[in-house]
Amino acid sequence: MSSKYILKSVVLPNGDKHDIAIEDGLISAVSQNITPTSHVVIDTNGSRVLPGLVDLHTHLREPGREDAETVLTGSRAGAKGGFTALSAMANTSPVADTAGVVEQVYRLGQDAGYLDVFPIGAVTKGLMGESLSEIGAMADSIARVRIFSDDGNCVFDPLLMRRALEYVKKFGGVIAQHAQDPRLTAGSQMNEGEISARLGLKGWPAVAEEAIIARDVLLVDHVKSRLHICHVTTAGGVEIIRWAKQRGIDVTAEVTPHHLLLTDELTTSYDPIFKVNPPLRTSDDVHALREALAEGVIDIVATDHAPHPVESKECEWQEASFGMLGLETALSIVQKTMVETQLMTWEQVADRMSLAPARIGGYKNQGQEIVVGSAANLVVIDPSKNWQVDRDLTMSKATNTPYHGLTLPGVITHTFYQGKATVIDSVVQKIGDV
Amino acid sequence: MKHLLSIADLNVQEAIGILDTATELSRINDGQIKKLPTLRGRTVVNLFAEDSTRTRISFEAAAKRLSADVINFSAKGSSISKGESLKDTAMTLQAMGADAVVIRHSASGAAQRLADNQWMSGAVINAGDGTHEHPSQALLDAFTIRKHLGKGSSDLQGLHVAIVGDILHSRVARSNVLLLALLGAKITLVAPPTLLPIGIEKWPCAVSYDFDSVLPYVDSVMMLRVQQERMTELFFPNAREYSRYYGLNAERMRTLKPAALIMHPGPMNRGLEISAEVADSARSVITEQVSNGVSVRMAILYVLLAGSSLDVGSI
Repeated sequence: MSSKYILKSVVLPNGDKHDIAIEDGLISAVSQNITPTSHVVIDTNGSRVLPGLVDLHTHLREPGREDAETVLTGSRAGAKGGFTALSAMANTSPVADTAGVVEQVYRLGQDAGYLDVFPIGAVTKGLMGESLSEIGAMADSIARVRIFSDDGNCVFDPLLMRRALEYVKKFGGVIAQHAQDPRLTAGSQMNEGEISARLGLKGWPAVAEEAIIARDVLLVDHVKSRLHICHVTTAGGVEIIRWAKQRGIDVTAEVTPHHLLLTDELTTSYDPIFKVNPPLRTSDDVHALREALAEGVIDIVATDHAPHPVESKECEWQEASFGMLGLETALSIVQKTMVETQLMTWEQVADRMSLAPARIGGYKNQGQEIVVGSAANLVVIDPSKNWQVDRDLTMSKATNTPYHGLTLPGVITHTFYQGKATVIDSVVQKIGDV
Repeated sequence: MKHLLSIADLNVQEAIGILDTATELSRINDGQIKKLPTLRGRTVVNLFAEDSTRTRISFEAAAKRLSADVINFSAKGSSISKGESLKDTAMTLQAMGADAVVIRHSASGAAQRLADNQWMSGAVINAGDGTHEHPSQALLDAFTIRKHLGKGSSDLQGLHVAIVGDILHSRVARSNVLLLALLGAKITLVAPPTLLPIGIEKWPCAVSYDFDSVLPYVDSVMMLRVQQERMTELFFPNAREYSRYYGLNAERMRTLKPAALIMHPGPMNRGLEISAEVADSARSVITEQVSNGVSVRMAILYVLLAGSSLDVGSI
């Protein structure tokens, strides 16, 4: 496999057009008309290059649910979607609440070799919300965990949340909260509103998210720690985060691609492909989220990639699992909802999908500016081409994408991870022995 | 019209067509030989994944009176209780050749999933899906009201119906609101605030927390069953308080208009939402609703499987 490339006439995030040379895992040159010497030349004329995308919210399902996804298949899906780093959520089986499990996930990511897999550690043992997990051990392990989350569950006990926020200050960690009051959402199936009233599905009210966000920004202000809010879905949640940031509270927030595009109207078909937690909400929420992402009140896009086996989605709504795939379609959805609507520039996309997530996660080799000396983690996308989503052609082991049959803008042609081409001409490459 | 999944699928002509067909078929049910050959050789499957006696027997009687072969598939005696999926159950029944499936299921949307996924090719009739809809109940309720108070009109213009009880969890309420509005009636829903869904402001009806203020103005009052579980789920303090404010007792019955009807889809909690005296009173049409249910369900099967509304002269 080659380790020297030249990307010819590619457009950088700021709009400048240059050649980029990649050698030995680094960007070796960014200038006009670089002369190739044993470089593989890629004619990317007109395409856009971004720093490799960094996902802070990925469910890789291994260990425990390898029927839905593995670290390997998830890595391949990530590469296809232009990602050079994923963050593996802790709700595996066994739960990632010890050094042993996070080191296993870390090693599986290394062995797969497509991108950096950063394991996220559980806040509480077994995600039960009762006592702290071995946060220190996970931070010290080979996986060097810095992000802790009980995602899937909310850290609901305010005292426990306070202790967790305080505890991670020792090493500059961050608690990533899944904001969902469990008492207000027991058995909830979809957003609470006109549509849930009509369809006879139990509602998940916006206040159940907003109330936890409000509580946690006040807590983190009090103990002077760092907070990250996973998958914000409500206009009200956005307002609370805006208020908190204005007061200087150290809070960051993410939005998923599906919450930038889809609404609860889709539930009228009762097709569980649209069942997700937190749920799809109204078009007012979608617009508030888009504006907040453009403004930077929401700092990053994170996929919440949630693979499920076919039988978990091919049933009645209330039996179905919550979750949608996201890695392979994320950048296209962001192009469609944010760039083509003129809400954001490509430079801002690079920030929301690479620079800012890397900064929040403390991922030093990721999210770097495209300059000489930076790690060669890059994605090349042709924004002028469209592609049709086909659930039978996903790199992911699972097929639960809500976009099957939809035509999306932006074709990713190349992904580079530490100077290795993981995707060439939109085809995921064979890396290592796999 | 291939399926009957929701009242929202019907336009006013189709709804009136079913009611008129039921009127004709009720003459058969009043006669000595309760049989028509219309669906001979066709197979109707009752797929009841949730407990029900009254609706299942009603559909069974309806299918048999039209000479269809009936297969009953209920959750308890079947592999559904062993965890077989809806898809596999459906495909098994398809392999046995069902022309129509009458499905009752605890999951909202189950009937639509059955229809949309095409695991079976026959007509799908929703006999109650979770807390979503119960179209045949609404149709038999409208049939009952029209028969007593319609004054020969084809619809329910000018009539005012109150539906009282656990609206939040009621598929009967949802279907009735849609159908009564379609047929031109005025509707008032009465319930404690905890049992009304957020988003109800958009429904074609009025809402009141005060039962007593609504009663003197209605032509029919439809009482809904309140499940015992609702008390432990913090919807109201206890049964006594619920009855005191929302129970139809003899004193409240005396405030009704002279010709007003008292209705209940059953099964009743005598003493909770309706007192025994009221349930057994002369104004109660509760048992008549049950027999009307057979005629209406015959009409639904007729319209879906024989392909058209019944003409007056064709029997």
